[in-house]
Amino acid sequence: MEALFAIAIGALTFTGVYLMLRLRSFPMILGLTFISYAVNLFLFISGRLRSGAAPIVGTTDTPADPLPQALVLTAIVISFGMTAVIVMMSLGARFEGGDDRVDGGSDGPGNRPETTQ
Amino acid sequence: MTGDWIIAPVVLPAALAGLALLFARRNLGLARGISLAGTGALLALAIWAVATTGDPQVYRLGNWPAPFGIVLVLDGLSALMLLLTAGLALTVLVQAVTTGRDRKGPHFHALWLFQVMGLNGAFLTGDAFNLFVFFEVLLIASYGLMVHGGGAGRYRAGIAYIAVNLVGSTLFLFALATVYAVMGTLNMADLAVKLAELPPGDQALMRLAAVLLLMVFAVKGALVPLQVWLPGTYANAPGVVAALFAVMTKVGAYAAIRFGTLVFPPGNAATGNILSDLILPAAVLTMAVGGLGVLASRGVARVAGYAAIASMGTAFVAIAGFTAPGLGAALYYIAHSTFAGALLFLVSDLVTARKRGARLPGGLAALFLVAAVAVAGLPPLSGFVGKLFVMQATADHAALIWSAVLGTSFLLVLGLSRCGSRLFWKADDAPAPRLSAGELVGPLWLTATLVGMTVWAAPIRAHLDGIVAGLLNPAAIIAANTLGAVP
Repeated sequence: MEALFAIAIGALTFTGVYLMLRLRSFPMILGLTFISYAVNLFLFISGRLRSGAAPIVGTTDTPADPLPQALVLTAIVISFGMTAVIVMMSLGARFEGGDDRVDGGSDGPGNRPETTQ
Repeated sequence: MTGDWIIAPVVLPAALAGLALLFARRNLGLARGISLAGTGALLALAIWAVATTGDPQVYRLGNWPAPFGIVLVLDGLSALMLLLTAGLALTVLVQAVTTGRDRKGPHFHALWLFQVMGLNGAFLTGDAFNLFVFFEVLLIASYGLMVHGGGAGRYRAGIAYIAVNLVGSTLFLFALATVYAVMGTLNMADLAVKLAELPPGDQALMRLAAVLLLMVFAVKGALVPLQVWLPGTYANAPGVVAALFAVMTKVGAYAAIRFGTLVFPPGNAATGNILSDLILPAAVLTMAVGGLGVLASRGVARVAGYAAIASMGTAFVAIAGFTAPGLGAALYYIAHSTFAGALLFLVSDLVTARKRGARLPGGLAALFLVAAVAVAGLPPLSGFVGKLFVMQATADHAALIWSAVLGTSFLLVLGLSRCGSRLFWKADDAPAPRLSAGELVGPLWLTATLVGMTVWAAPIRAHLDGIVAGLLNPAAIIAANTLGAVP
């Protein structure tokens, strides 16, 4: 199970970093989301990987560590909120600036995406 | 400040921000009253905290004993940073109100209070994961403040700012998960105790965690090569917001000092001097990048942003050794550069609010001169005293550090005088405009603070040396946590 977790976290991080380096805001935000999924899994197993163990002493032979579960809940809520903020900000930049590039450049008038104006 | 009052600097702005959101959405006067009263009360609390600085004191959230619950720790350094935040926030808030910058978008005052709440919490907390949470609170408020007033350039710079900081937050979580997996605790005092007893097999993992944490603090503190987000953000943010952000980079420096003295003290068995070894070259490069950036920039806001980078380089150079004289110099320079940087951003705000190419008031030129002298570190203002302290503390590496500090000051003098002459030195027959009284409040207040820091430099430094002596004696903070004891 350790190998499965390690590969999953690695693949999520790899995908996230690749997408984050893209030119436009949508893949970049997807990349940030992938990386936050990776870190949530990483936080979750920082109390060691155990299956079938409850986080309450006395219910199973070896109890699971409850703290990483609390930490990961906090991290999920925060990354969810932050994703919402950056989505709103990208929409603002897209409609105020006319394109969705995140590298500081701008699309020429010829290949600008269709706007709703 | 004792007992339950320790949590007041976090709870008060949180409650008032909620009130401002609920009852003052359409009533700007009420919102102004709430935020001015709140920030004023925070200043009073911070003065009380500094005046009664003594042994570190601990507040247990929910009365859970450390290290199982979260604790807030008030020591000399926290009290100093609270004072710095509250003093700057009140000055800049008054300026935002008198110049009407808070009218340009909704919820300015609620975001302002949340921002101050996050800063205060980050300075008070004694728990590493709680530090992450307060980082996120201050960041999410700063995202809102950064795009206050809107505009394409602001949104675009805002996305870059958020993306860099989200990556920084993710790194922080990776570091904290590593720390928890190795040590089984996130209370900073408990970490300090357990690090000394760490088996050699786990030491490499803690070195990794220490470097990851340093990267997070480097993002916050704009240390090269992680400074790229700063110039665009500060240049595009509204001037009053950029002035408040002058204290945000100091959060990175604060966290580096806190972890470098308490959790990873220099020369400990697990991480050795890894923090010093990494900070010193990065700080020298930061100064160089800041100085060259000032020389290469055109707009006054960008110049101010790069000057902020150079000032962080100077502060980190003094921090790098984690010695008593170095930290004392760093704290003085951090306080100075917060106020000097904020003054430069307020001046830049007053310049950019006027029509491009129009004749600027003579008073504004005088204020720019004061800000430039303070930022570049020329006599007679506190920047000179601060750089003198830094150079005294780094005499061991004089060849490298002194030439970097002096070379950067030279670049700053060149860049700022070029920027000032291009703005103000014009032949023009138009009648000279004047600054309104409202525009003068904040800059004059900050100038008075800088003059005060210069005149009373010796007593201030003596107080700071007392704080540093407390920092270098982590046993007091660890004892205050009463680890494992049920209250």
